[in-house]
Amino acid sequence: MPILDDFIWRAVFAGLLIAAVSGPLGCFVVWRRMAYFGDTLAHSALMGVALGLVLGLSPNLGTLVACILLAVLLGLLEGQRRLPGDTLLGILAHSTLAIGIVAISTMTSMRVDLMGYLFGDILAVTKSDIAWMAGGGVGVLLVLALIWRPLLAITIHRDLAAAEGVPVFWTRQIFMLLIAVIIAGAMKVVGVLLITSLMIIPAAAARRFARTPEAMAAIASLVGVAAVGGGLWSSFRWDTPAGPTIVAAAAVLFTLSLIASPPSGAGSSSG
Amino acid sequence: MPIRLRRRPQPDAASAEVLIAGRGLTLEAQGQPVLDHVGIEVRRGEIVTLIGPNGAGKTTLVKVLLGLQRPDRGVVEKAACVRVGYVPQRFAVDPVLPLTVSRFLDLARRCSPAEKEAVLEEVGAPALLARSMHALSGGEIQRVLLARALVRDPNLLVLDEPVQGVDYAGQAELYALIARIRDRRRCGVLLISHDLHLVMAATDQVVCLNRHVCCSGLPEAVSRHPEYVALFGRRAASELAFYSHRHDHRHGPDGEVVPLTAPHSI
Repeated sequence: MPILDDFIWRAVFAGLLIAAVSGPLGCFVVWRRMAYFGDTLAHSALMGVALGLVLGLSPNLGTLVACILLAVLLGLLEGQRRLPGDTLLGILAHSTLAIGIVAISTMTSMRVDLMGYLFGDILAVTKSDIAWMAGGGVGVLLVLALIWRPLLAITIHRDLAAAEGVPVFWTRQIFMLLIAVIIAGAMKVVGVLLITSLMIIPAAAARRFARTPEAMAAIASLVGVAAVGGGLWSSFRWDTPAGPTIVAAAAVLFTLSLIASPPSGAGSSSG
Repeated sequence: MPIRLRRRPQPDAASAEVLIAGRGLTLEAQGQPVLDHVGIEVRRGEIVTLIGPNGAGKTTLVKVLLGLQRPDRGVVEKAACVRVGYVPQRFAVDPVLPLTVSRFLDLARRCSPAEKEAVLEEVGAPALLARSMHALSGGEIQRVLLARALVRDPNLLVLDEPVQGVDYAGQAELYALIARIRDRRRCGVLLISHDLHLVMAATDQVVCLNRHVCCSGLPEAVSRHPEYVALFGRRAASELAFYSHRHDHRHGPDGEVVPLTAPHSI
């Protein structure tokens, strides 16, 4: 597509893609209280970059592999009793981030833009990045649509779903892999430190305007798209870093959602 | 005061097919016995009520029977035809998850609005379909949970404290509803209750659990105490009874079995 020859349009396209996919996925992250889980995967992405560079793979592939490995590990560790869950996540999040930075800094042979990985470098998105994101995004949405009902069922009540025959372990495991894929894809857009916000802020902003889970997912996507649009525009206008500006725009939208009165009939106190 | 004794009619209860059975179920948690050689059976068309104090292992037993938890020893035998409808203990939808009753019923099985209306009608909660799950009263939640269990057209209902969060009069009504559902659908029902008095009229078998099966059998006496009648109305009161049974042991402070003949200092 010739339009993708312009770096600005590549940035817009990548941002909108990630925002649209993050909406539904972010809703589940919020409903299942997995914000910290998402953060941990995101932090480990940096180790994936280092891994990719060491092994001579592309950083995208390295990130994907690292995120998936960690998601599988965390899935298997669920239910362990030795450490509280958030302590375990904290250990993994920060040690993988630290090891990733140390590993990258020792690679004197090449210049690696650490800030780009930490806070995103959406203006440097290439056509091949976009191909990755589009493929991954469509794949994630397809799989999510397939597991939507069982995932929603185990989110609402795990035992009830299990008694009805929902494969709890595999549904959860697949969901974690979807998060891993989207984090690997979103790293270029907002960076590993801000990725989780792109999932949870639009979802949180959407809550008061939705009466069904599906509506909340759709509204979250729209909020995310608006945040990317507004953030990119502001970043060009005032020459601010794109990733953080997108997140700031999402925060503004969230604040507005608190003030705006929801349409009658929506929200939790209706009836 | 006249006390009328009546045996509930139990058409071929003893010969009906066993839907689910647990044998010798034993489970320990952190070195403490939770279940100790527990045996239990539910037949088609039969209501079995599990009673016992808090911490007696009632919910654990149900989870083991449903396959949600693995026992250390013992077996669970399920008839091939069994389709379970389950009402779990402690149910609340997180306020951050918007959910209507209609979508909630969809999770058990995709069904048409007419089917959903019908099943809500059956549990005495019509016109809730479009309501938010967060705007339901305790009694409405229990009825919606029951409706979700029924949507799957089960032949075995497993109800873990199905009257929690419901006022006393409403509890009697719910137990009567469960008995009607059993009559209409000819399903087996396994019911957990910690209320000794309310359940008995609507039950065929009682299993008294305190980590092991203390006793089990038929509920025997129906009480028509005028105070019950005054409290719950005549129809509810006719559903009330108390279960007279005999213990051959008592329990010490840690739940261990103490023979009744043993002297105790309290």
